[in-house]
Amino acid sequence: MRVMADAPAPAPATLSSTAGTPVPAVELIDITKVFPGVIANDHISLSVLPGEVLCLLGENGAGKSTLMSILSGLYRPDEGRIRVDGSDVRIDSPRRGRDLGIGMVHQHLSLIPTLTVLENLMLGSNKGIILDEKTARTRIADLASTLGITVDADARAGSLALGQQQHVEIIKALWKGSKVLILDEPTSMLTPQGIAELQKVLVELKTSGLAIIFITHKLHEAIAIGDRVTILKQGRVVGTIGPEILRSSTPQQLQRRIVATMFGEEADEVADVAELREDLEGHRVRRTMSETPLLELVGVSAPGHHGQYGVSDVSLAVRGGEILGIAGVDGNGQRALAEVIAGQRRPSAGDIRLAAASIVKLTVSSRQRLGLRYVTDDRLGEGVVRPFAVGMNLVLKRIGDKPFWRRGTIDRVAINATARELIAQFDIRTPSSETRIGKLSGGNIQKALLARELSFQPRVVVFSKPTHGLDVRTIAMVRERIRELAGRGVATVVISTDLDELIDLSDRVAVLFEGKIAGIVDNGPGAETRIGELIVGAQAA
Amino acid sequence: MSDLLTPTFLTALIAGGILAGIPLLFASLGETIAEQSGILNVGLEGMMLTGAFCGFLGALATGNAWVGLTVGAISGLLVSLVMVVFCVRLGLDQIVVGISIILCAEGLTSLLHGAFFGQSYPRLDAIDVFAIPVLSQIPVLGGSLFSQPAPVYMALIVVGLVGWIFRRTTAGLDLRAAGERPDSLDAAGVSVVRVRTVAEMACGAFAGIGGAYMSIVGAGTFVPFLTGGMGFIAIVIAMMGRGHPWGAVLGALLFGMSLSIATALQLVGISIPVDVVQMLPFVSVMVVLVVFAREARLPAALGLPYVRGSR
Ligand SMILES: Nc1ncnc2c1ncn2[C@@H]1O[C@H](COP(=O)(O)OP(=O)(O)OP(=O)(O)O)[C@@H](O)[C@H]1O
Ligand SMILES: [Mg+2]
Repeated sequence: MRVMADAPAPAPATLSSTAGTPVPAVELIDITKVFPGVIANDHISLSVLPGEVLCLLGENGAGKSTLMSILSGLYRPDEGRIRVDGSDVRIDSPRRGRDLGIGMVHQHLSLIPTLTVLENLMLGSNKGIILDEKTARTRIADLASTLGITVDADARAGSLALGQQQHVEIIKALWKGSKVLILDEPTSMLTPQGIAELQKVLVELKTSGLAIIFITHKLHEAIAIGDRVTILKQGRVVGTIGPEILRSSTPQQLQRRIVATMFGEEADEVADVAELREDLEGHRVRRTMSETPLLELVGVSAPGHHGQYGVSDVSLAVRGGEILGIAGVDGNGQRALAEVIAGQRRPSAGDIRLAAASIVKLTVSSRQRLGLRYVTDDRLGEGVVRPFAVGMNLVLKRIGDKPFWRRGTIDRVAINATARELIAQFDIRTPSSETRIGKLSGGNIQKALLARELSFQPRVVVFSKPTHGLDVRTIAMVRERIRELAGRGVATVVISTDLDELIDLSDRVAVLFEGKIAGIVDNGPGAETRIGELIVGAQAA
Repeated sequence: MSDLLTPTFLTALIAGGILAGIPLLFASLGETIAEQSGILNVGLEGMMLTGAFCGFLGALATGNAWVGLTVGAISGLLVSLVMVVFCVRLGLDQIVVGISIILCAEGLTSLLHGAFFGQSYPRLDAIDVFAIPVLSQIPVLGGSLFSQPAPVYMALIVVGLVGWIFRRTTAGLDLRAAGERPDSLDAAGVSVVRVRTVAEMACGAFAGIGGAYMSIVGAGTFVPFLTGGMGFIAIVIAMMGRGHPWGAVLGALLFGMSLSIATALQLVGISIPVDVVQMLPFVSVMVVLVVFAREARLPAALGLPYVRGSR
C-alpha cells in the first residue's frame, strides 16, 4: 500500500472565497457522551468543510465511532450542539440525520444478509407504498458508475464478499444525496486494490462538494486521503494537523508526529510498527522450523457457501515455527480454507493432517484438543457472545474446565481473576470484566478475541485478519505475539487481505484465487511485487 | 379400508379440514406477520379465545355473522395492544407477557361466559354457504372445496394480499428488516417500534377473526376454552411456513384435516377411540417439527426486544 502513500494528497477543492470564511458542512460543538463507566466523548469539537476530507485517528476505544453515531443520530449526546450548514439542528434519530444529508457507513457492516442488495438499498428510502424497483435499479446503476464499481442488485447481501458489501454500504450512504459522508474504518476489510478504488471514489465525491469524515487506523491512509487529520484520545481531541502542514511535510514526518500525539510518551513502543519503517525485511528473524510439516493439507476441496468461492484442490504444508501467509482478494475462498482446517466445514475431497495424523474426520472440539485453533474474522458473529460479560467471553472455550467451572458451577472469582490478567495483558479497554462485551469498541472486541485464543497452548493456529480494526500500537503487539507463537514452534497460518501484514509476518505467502492456490512465494526481496502480481495477474486471467 | 376412498369420506375430510383449518389459517397468518417483524407472539391462543368469545357475543346480539367476525377482529386487536405496550414499547420478555395474555384470556372469557349465560349455551344460526357456480358441481371436490362460507374465500384473498405486501411493498420490506436486523432498519430511518406495533396489531386482529370463526362458523356457540390449543398449533404452522403466507395455508389445511379425520372416519363407520383421534393433530405437530424444524428459518431478531444503541 505504499502505492497510496506515494500518491500526492489531492488538494482540497477550492471553496467559494467570495463568502469569506466558508461555512462548515457540519460542526460538532462540545459534544459529551457518557456510558456507564466510560466517558466516550469528552467535550469534543470539530468541523468539516464541504469538499474536504477530515480523517479521524485514535486508539481503540478513543470514542470515534461514538462521536460519529451521535452525528448520524443513532446516539443522543449528553451535552453539546450540532450545526449543519451553519444552523443549529437536533439530530434525534437516524432518519433525521439522513434527511439532513448525513450518510454513514458503520464500522460493523449493517446490511441485512437475508435481503437482496436492491432491497437493502430501498430500505428506508422507498417513497410510496409499493416498492419502486425500477427507479432503485437506475439509482444503483448511476451511483455504481459514479463510484466506478459494479454491483449485482439481485444478489443476497449475505452472499457478497465483505469488500462488495462495503461498496453497497457506500452506495447506501450516498443514496439520499448526502452532504456529509461518514466512513467508519471502511478500509479495514479491503484489499490494496479495494482501498485504491475507494480512494478514487472519495476524490470523486469530494470534488463534487461532499464533506467526508474518514475514520482509519492506518496512518498512511490518513495522510494520503485527509485534508485535515484530527486525533482523539480517551474521548478528547488531542491534536489536529491542518492542510498546510499535511502538504508541506513528508509522510515519515507526519507519521512520527501523529504517533507522538496519539501515544505521547509511549510512542517509542510503536516506533517499529510496520508502516513506520522503511524496509520491512528487517523485522523477520530466522526461526528454527521443524523438519516435517505440522499442518498439512493434501488436495483439499470444499464447497463455498452463499455463492462465495470454496476451495478446490488446495495443498499446503506448514512446518512448526513457520508463519504461512495467505493472500488474496477477500471472498476467494479464505473463509472456506479456514473453516475446513478448523473443522467447521466438511471437505468434499482431500486430507488434512496434524503432525502426520489425519484429522479430517475429527470434530471442531477434538481438533482443538489436539492444539489446533482458529481465530475467526467474524468477531461479532462467531467470535464472541455479545450479551455475555467480557470475562465470560475470555474463558468461553473452556466451559466446564477447571478452575472456572467446579462441580458444574461457575466460579466467577476465578474467571474474573483470569479475565483481569488478560485484560491487562492485551490492554482491553473495558470498564470492568463484568461489562457486556458488545459494549466495547470494535478494536477492543478484537483484542478480547485474540486474548482468548492466544491464552491456550496451541500447536497450530489459523488467524483470519488478526489485526483488522486495531490501532497501530495494538497491531504491533499482536504481530509480536504471533511471532512469539511461531518462535515456540507453532505452525501459524495468517489469512489477511493486508499485504503489508503478510510481508511483515510471513516466511512464505500463498495466494488464493478463486479457491485455488495461484502460487506460493518465499518472502524476501521482491516478494511483495510477485504476490501482488499473483493477486492481480490472476485476476486479469 | 377401501371405504376410506369413498366420496363421502373424502368430502367429509376435506370439508372438515377446511372448517377446522380456517381459524388456524387466520391465526398463523397473523403469527407470520408478527414473527416476520421479530415478535414471537406466544399469546396467540389468548387472542383467539378472546376473539371467539367477543365475536360470539357480537354475532349473538346482532344475528349477523359478519358483525361477529368484525367484533372478534377488534377484540383480538385490543388484546394485542398489551403486547405492543409491554413488549414493543417497554421491551419486556415476549414469552412471559404472551403466557400472561393466555392465562388472563382463559380466565376472563370463562368468567364472563358464566356471568352472561350461566350453564346455557345459546346457539347461532348456521352461516350461509356460498357455492361457486360450475366448480361446486365437480364430484367429490366440488361439494367440499367450492361450497364454503364466504369468509373462506376471503381468507385466501387475504393470504394472497399479505404475500404481496411482504414482497412488493415498503411496509413488507420494513417488516422483514425489523425481524432480521432491527438496528439496520433503525439506522435506515424507519421506526422499529412503529413497524412492530402495526405487525402485532395485525396479528391480534387476525387471531381474533380466527377465534371468532371457530365460535361463529365452526361451533355455532361458545364454550369456555373453546380454542383448546389451536393458538399453539398456529404458532407451529407459522414457523413451518418460514414467512410464506401460502405455507400457512398448507399447514392449516394439513392440521385441519388431521382434526377432522375423526368425524370423517365416523361417517364411514370406522371407529377409533376418541382419545387417539384427538391426539392426532398434536402427533402431527411433532412429526412436522421433526421433519421440518431443521429447515425452519426464523428471523434473526425473533423474540428480541429492540432498544436503540444497546449493543
Ligand atoms: N452502547 C455502549 N454502551 C456502553 N459503552 C459504550 C457503548 N458504545 C461505546 N461504548 C464505550 O465507549 C468507548 C468508545 O467507543 P467507540 O466505539 O466510540 O471507540 P472507537 O474509537 O470507535 O474504537 P475502535 O477503533 O476500537 O473502533 C469505549 O470505551 C466503549 O466501550
Ligand atoms: Mg470504532
